[in-house]
Amino acid sequence: MDALIKIENLSVGYDKQPVLHNVNLEIFENDFLGVIGPNGGGKTTLLKAILGLLKPMKGKIIFREDMRMKKKPIGYLPQVKHIDKNFPITVYEVVRSGSLMKNPKKIKTREVKQKVEWLLTEMGVSDIRDKAIGELSGGQMQRVFLCRALLSDPKILILDEPDTFVDNRFEGELYERLKMLNQEMAIVLVSHDVGTISSYVKTIACVNDSLHYHPDNIITQDQLDSYNCPIKIITHGEIPHTVLKRHE
Amino acid sequence: MSNLIELFAYDFFVKAFLAAVFASISCGIIGGYIVSRRIVFVSGGITHASFGGIGLAFLLGFNPLLGAVLFAVMSALGIQFFTKVAHVREDSSIAIWWSLGMALGIIFVFLTPGYTPNLMSYLFGNILTVTISELVWMFILNVVIILFFAFYFRKILYIAFDEEFARAAGLPVALFNYLTITLIALTVVLNIRVVGIILILSLLTIPQATANLFTKDFRKMLVLSSVFAFIGTISGLFFSYYLDIPSGAAIIFTLVIIFALLRLYKHFFK
Repeated sequence: MDALIKIENLSVGYDKQPVLHNVNLEIFENDFLGVIGPNGGGKTTLLKAILGLLKPMKGKIIFREDMRMKKKPIGYLPQVKHIDKNFPITVYEVVRSGSLMKNPKKIKTREVKQKVEWLLTEMGVSDIRDKAIGELSGGQMQRVFLCRALLSDPKILILDEPDTFVDNRFEGELYERLKMLNQEMAIVLVSHDVGTISSYVKTIACVNDSLHYHPDNIITQDQLDSYNCPIKIITHGEIPHTVLKRHE
Repeated sequence: MSNLIELFAYDFFVKAFLAAVFASISCGIIGGYIVSRRIVFVSGGITHASFGGIGLAFLLGFNPLLGAVLFAVMSALGIQFFTKVAHVREDSSIAIWWSLGMALGIIFVFLTPGYTPNLMSYLFGNILTVTISELVWMFILNVVIILFFAFYFRKILYIAFDEEFARAAGLPVALFNYLTITLIALTVVLNIRVVGIILILSLLTIPQATANLFTKDFRKMLVLSSVFAFIGTISGLFFSYYLDIPSGAAIIFTLVIIFALLRLYKHFFK
């Protein structure tokens, strides 16, 4: 079967300065891809390229035929630091803004409203629908933005460091939810924490200057080193932890 | 009370009242947008740069508001250009245009032969001298702003909240930004006569801060900002009339007092 997204020899970056070089990657239906790598290594740049926010300097990103509409069926959950928590906007409107990603032909206001209500209930945030975004806890905010991402019925869900919304206690809850969603859509999860994600993701890509694809979810220190990926794996008993090495 | 009603028998007062209504609506909505989007400083730059256009109009003898529009739009585009193309830090490029406009204004006014009697009313505003044609333009601007925000409310909100998400969704974000910055420039210029270049920023921020005490909903914030702007402008107008003090300053002072009182009320009673 064709890949939903096929990235070929992609070089992309800012102001004519490529951050990523010669990236090749295919994302298939029901993939659960963990993207790891050091800060500044190009993880977010890769996401921006997929979302169409950055134009390729070299190479191309090919979408499968059923994804070639103007608004790609991609759900996107941004980094928490990217969100303006003082903006006067309610939970309801944040979720509803996900309708921007829906294709105009499909949009019926009544359907959008119903879908918003359904998602709010499904994620357990319907009781805070009129609250301002700044009044939420990290976990609530994470679920609200997940609602927004899911509103457009995406074929791929992209999450940029979703674990930074919450402390470790709540991480498991999100990953269990993603596991369920993965039955219906491909998931691309960006994280600097290899240990936590490796038990949930099916495959791993290490992004640092370029991309190294790893076709399973077990990754060793030797492999990371050979990929030029300055991440350290430290194991504590059964739960693996990771820390980032200082970026040189 | 009968004294108040008698005031409406005066032609100048009716005009001032209408100017207050129009200024409150346009500044309430546009200011709400500016504050939410955190572009108060950009708006300050545009406002002050428009002084250059007023000076030029004095020198060459055309309508000062036309000159102000010219410089306001030019500085708005100039700030964008400096930041996006020439890679000057945004706050620096705002400051450059802010001071350049003021400097040019001072030079032009200095070069203008004779005395320039109206200069003070552009710097500090005088709502009592608003003309019919200015009122007509203010009315048109209000209609445009209300229609624009009514038709594109959600798009404006979603772009303002998360520009990147809107761009990923293929919305014409750049076009919207140019439209809104143009509306900001026009709002600033057409309301210069009410409170003046130096003080206009207050109408774009103080009622919004007051509204923000009571709501975190974008739509309610725009409406409430307009309401508080109206209360402040009208009471300021009465104070200036009865105490015989400059109207622009009286309006700002009232706006701040309202904010302070409500802020204290919220602190002690809620």
